[in-house]
Amino acid sequence: MSTTSHEATGSDTPTVKMITGTIDGTDVTVPEGTMIIRAAELMGVEVPRFCDHPLLDPVAACRACLVEVEGMPKPQPSCAVPLGDGMTVQTQLTSEVADTAQKGVMEFLLINHPLDCPVCDKGGECPLQNQAMSVGRPESRFTGQKREFPKPINVSSEILLDRERCVSCARCTRFAEQIAGDPFIALLERGAQQQVGTGEEPFDSYFSGNTIQICPVGALTSEEYRFRSRPFDLVSVPTTCEHCASGCSMRTDYRHENVMRRQSGDDPEVNEEWNCDKGRFAFPYLQLERLATPLVRENGQLRRASWPEALRIAADGLAAARGRTSVLTGGRLTMEDAYAYARFARVGLGTDDIDLRARAASDEETDFLSGEVAGSCGPVYRELESAPAVLLAALEPEEESPIIYLRLRKAARAGTKVFSLGPFASQGLEKMAGSLVECVPGDLATQLDQLDDETAAALSQPGAVILLGERAATEPGAFAAMSRLVQRTGAEWAWVPRRAGERGAIDAGCLPGLLPGGRPLTDETARQEIASLWGIDPDELPATAGRSLAATVAQIHADAKAASEAGEEEEFSPELAALLVAGVEPDDIPNADQFLTALDSVPFLVSLETRPSEVTARADVVLPVAVVTEKSGAFVTWEGRRRPFGTVMPQPTSFTDAVVLALLSDYMDLATPPREVDDLRTELGNLGAWQGSRVSPADVPAGSAQQPGSGEAVLASWRYLLDLGTMQEGEPHLAGTRKPAVVRISAATAAANGVEAGSRVRVSTDTGAITLPVELTEMAENVVWLPLNSPDSQVLVSLGALPGDTVRLERGDV
Amino acid sequence: MAELPPALSGFWVTFSTMFKKVNTEQYPEEKDKYPPEPRFHGRHQLNRHPDGLEKCIGCELCAWACPADAILVQGADNSTDQRFSPGERYGRVYQINYLRCIFCGLCIEACPTRALTMTHDYELADNSREKLIYEKEDLLGPLTQNMVSAPHEMVPGTTEKDYYEGKITEATPEQRAEVAARTDEESEAVR
Repeated sequence: MSTTSHEATGSDTPTVKMITGTIDGTDVTVPEGTMIIRAAELMGVEVPRFCDHPLLDPVAACRACLVEVEGMPKPQPSCAVPLGDGMTVQTQLTSEVADTAQKGVMEFLLINHPLDCPVCDKGGECPLQNQAMSVGRPESRFTGQKREFPKPINVSSEILLDRERCVSCARCTRFAEQIAGDPFIALLERGAQQQVGTGEEPFDSYFSGNTIQICPVGALTSEEYRFRSRPFDLVSVPTTCEHCASGCSMRTDYRHENVMRRQSGDDPEVNEEWNCDKGRFAFPYLQLERLATPLVRENGQLRRASWPEALRIAADGLAAARGRTSVLTGGRLTMEDAYAYARFARVGLGTDDIDLRARAASDEETDFLSGEVAGSCGPVYRELESAPAVLLAALEPEEESPIIYLRLRKAARAGTKVFSLGPFASQGLEKMAGSLVECVPGDLATQLDQLDDETAAALSQPGAVILLGERAATEPGAFAAMSRLVQRTGAEWAWVPRRAGERGAIDAGCLPGLLPGGRPLTDETARQEIASLWGIDPDELPATAGRSLAATVAQIHADAKAASEAGEEEEFSPELAALLVAGVEPDDIPNADQFLTALDSVPFLVSLETRPSEVTARADVVLPVAVVTEKSGAFVTWEGRRRPFGTVMPQPTSFTDAVVLALLSDYMDLATPPREVDDLRTELGNLGAWQGSRVSPADVPAGSAQQPGSGEAVLASWRYLLDLGTMQEGEPHLAGTRKPAVVRISAATAAANGVEAGSRVRVSTDTGAITLPVELTEMAENVVWLPLNSPDSQVLVSLGALPGDTVRLERGDV
Repeated sequence: MAELPPALSGFWVTFSTMFKKVNTEQYPEEKDKYPPEPRFHGRHQLNRHPDGLEKCIGCELCAWACPADAILVQGADNSTDQRFSPGERYGRVYQINYLRCIFCGLCIEACPTRALTMTHDYELADNSREKLIYEKEDLLGPLTQNMVSAPHEMVPGTTEKDYYEGKITEATPEQRAEVAARTDEESEAVR
C-alpha cells in the first residue's frame, strides 16, 4: 500500500494473438482461444445455452448451444469449441442443421422437466422457461412417464434441491469445485437417472448461495426465499454488501417494504459474479425489532419521546460535557456517516476522543492506521490475481474476507503461491494450495522478521502482495515488522479489516489524532485546511490527540473511582462526562464487562442505534437511525476502493446518523454541518489527498509468544464467517450451515494434557471456561485454537482472553 | 298512409307501448326472476378440493395476468403441521381489490389449478374502500358436507397428482378427526 500511484503494470503483458473466423457470414476477430459462443456474443448473436458460464470452465453438458461448423461432421457445442483462424460457423440464425439440433436438444431437456413452473421459484426468470417459450414446441410429443424424484432434499440447511427440475448442466458442481473449492455436491448416477447429490456431508460451503443464482432452472432454491414471492413482484436495487470489507456489489430485491432476497451483483473488478452466504442470506436482521422512536431516561426507565424532546435533552447533555465527551462509532458506518461523526466530535463536542474500533486494538495500530492506511490506496483484487506470491498475516480470508479468498483461490489455480502465517493450515489455506509458515499468536512480528529465505524470495518477486489482517492489533510489533519486511522484499501490502465501515471511517478521520484524509491532528497545515473546511478557527480544534476506546473505558473507571473517593460533599468533575456511541456491539470488545460498567457509570450516554442493544439499554438518550437499506452512502473496501450505494427503500421517518448529528448541532446552536450524503461526499472530496507529513508509526520492538507452563497453552482464535454476529440474527437456515465449534490442538499437546481424540477439552481462564469437542490438528505445539464468537465458544465473553494470551487446558467432562 | 298530426303520432307510441312486454326488471325485489347469464363474470371464488383442501397454490399467475393489478398473493410453504393445499405451496395471503377489478376473467384463464373461478354474485357495492378488498376468507368457496376446512393432512396414501386427477371425492374419517381435534383445541383456547 502506498500513497503514490503504482507504476504501470501493463508494459510486460504478453501480446495476445488475434484470429479471425466467420460466424453467420460475418468476419469476427477475437483473441485466440475464445469460444465460438463468446465470439458470437461479441457480434450480437445469442446462441442458447444453459451450462455455459464465462467464469466456469467449459463442459458442454447441456448441448443447447449446438452450431454448425464447416468441415465438422456433426453440430458442435459452441461453448466448448474455440473459434479457429478461418473457421466458418453457422448458428441457428443461418443454419437449418444448427436450428434443428438446438430444437431437438430443447425437446429432450423438457422430456423430464416437470410442469411445475407455477410453484417454482425460478418461474418468471428462468432461462429454461424463456427458451421453451421462444423456441420450444408448443405441444409435447412425449407421452411416457416423466422421471420423478421425491420433492426437494436439503443439500444443506439453507439450500434445497429439486432433482426433477435439474437439466444436468453441472454449473453448481463446477462452481463448487472450481470457484469455492468445496466439492460437496457432484453429479451422481448416469443416463436419465443422472442427478446432483451430496455424499456423506452436507453442502456446507460459505458460497453455496451462488449455485442458486447460476442454476439455469429452479433445481436449487433457498429455504429463505422459497415461495415467498415471484420475480415480477420484486423491486431490484443495486447496492453494496454491508457485512465485510470485501465490498461486494449486490442486488437487493424487495416487496412491500420487506427485503425478500439478495443476490450477487456483477462487478468484474471486485466480486466478479459471486458473493458469500452471509452477504446473500443474512438480511432478516434488517426487519427484526427496530427502534421506532427516540427514547429518553426518566426516573431510571427509558420511555418513548418525541424527536424535539430527545434532541433537546441530548444536545443539552452533550453541550454541558463539551471537551469531555468520547465518541465511539463502531465499524459499521458508511464513509459519509463516519465523516459526520469525525466532524461532529471535533466541532460540536470539542473533543478528539473518537475511535471507530469496536474490537481489540492497540496504540501501535492507531499510529499505523493514521500514518499508513488513511487515505491511501493499495493493491486491488486484480493485482491479487496476478501476484506471483501472497503472504497472509493474521488473516484468514475464507472466514474474514471471503472475496479475497475467492480471488486468491482463482489466483492459486493459475499459479500464485499463497503463504499464511498462522498456527495451523486452515481449510481455506488448503483449498488455496497454500503453504503454512507456522506462527504462534504473539509471535507474528518475530516471524515476519525471521521469514525463511524461500518465502522472502517469493515475496521479492515483482507484484507480490502482503495482506495484514486486523488481528495484527493483538500482535506486538507486527506493524513495524511488516514495514521492515516490505522494505526488505519490495512487496505491495494492504491492511484488511473485517467490518465494512472501518476503512471508510479511517479515511474520514474517526481515530484519535487523525483528521479526515490522513491528516495528522498535530500538523499545522492540516489543522488549517480542516478548520477552513469546517468554518472554524484552527485553535478551536482539539490540541492533542484524544483517547482510544480502551483509554476511554479506563478513564471512565478512573473517574468513577475518583468520584467515590471524593465523597458526596465535594463537587466532583469527571474527566469524561459523556459518551456518544453509534453501532457498537459490546461482545466484540475485549473486557466487555468493563465496557458495560463504564457505560453504566458514565454520567451521560447518548446512543444512535437501529435496534435495541446492551448500549441502548444503558443510554440516557436513544436516537433511532436508518439501517443500510434505508440510506445511501459508501463503504470503502480493504483496497481503499469506494463502493457507493443508493437507498433501497426510502423511509421518510428514518434518519441517517449524519442527519441526527446535524439536528443535534442545530439544538446545540452550532452552525449546521452538511447532512445529506451528496454534501458530505462533496465536502470530503473537496478536501483532497493529504500531501504533507503523516503520523510516523513508532518502531515497536517485535513481540514474541508467551511461554505457556504445564497444563497451559497459547490461545489462538478467529471468527468463523458465520457466527453469533448480530447481523446474522433472524435466519436460522443460514445458522444451520455454521461450522461446528471445536477446539483444535496438536496430538502432542493433547497427549501432554491427557486429552484423547474424540473427547472434550476444557479451555479456561480466571474469567471462565469453554468446553468443546477436540479436533486433533497438525499445528504448533502448546497452542489451542477455538472459534472466537460461535455458539458455545464466545472467547471474549467467556474467557476474557485475547489471542496470544495463555489459557489453561485440560480434559473436559464427557 | 296519411300522416297523423305530430301530437297524435307521439301519443300513439305511448298508447301502443302499453300493450308490449315490460322490460323493466324489479331489482332488488324480483332479482331471482332474472339470473345472470351462465358465463357471467361475477365475484371470484377460491375453490376447494372435495376434501376441503384449498386448490390455490399461491403461484401468483392470477396476479401476473391481472391487467388492473387488483390481485395480491403471497405464497408459503405447507409445513408438516399445517397443510392448506396438496403439494408444497399454498396461498398464504390472497386479496382481490374490487375497486380495481374489471371482471375481465384473465385471472381465471391463468389459474393452473382451477382454484380461481367466478361466481354469479354481482352485488359488490359497499360503503368503504376497506370492505371492497376481499381477503382469502371472503373468497374461499363454501364447505360442502363432504369437506372439512383446511389446514389438514391430505388423504392418506395419495399424492397431489391424485387430487388433480379427481381421485379424491370426500374428506376421510381421519381428516374429519384431525379437524375436529383442532377446532376443539381452539375453542378450548378461546375459553
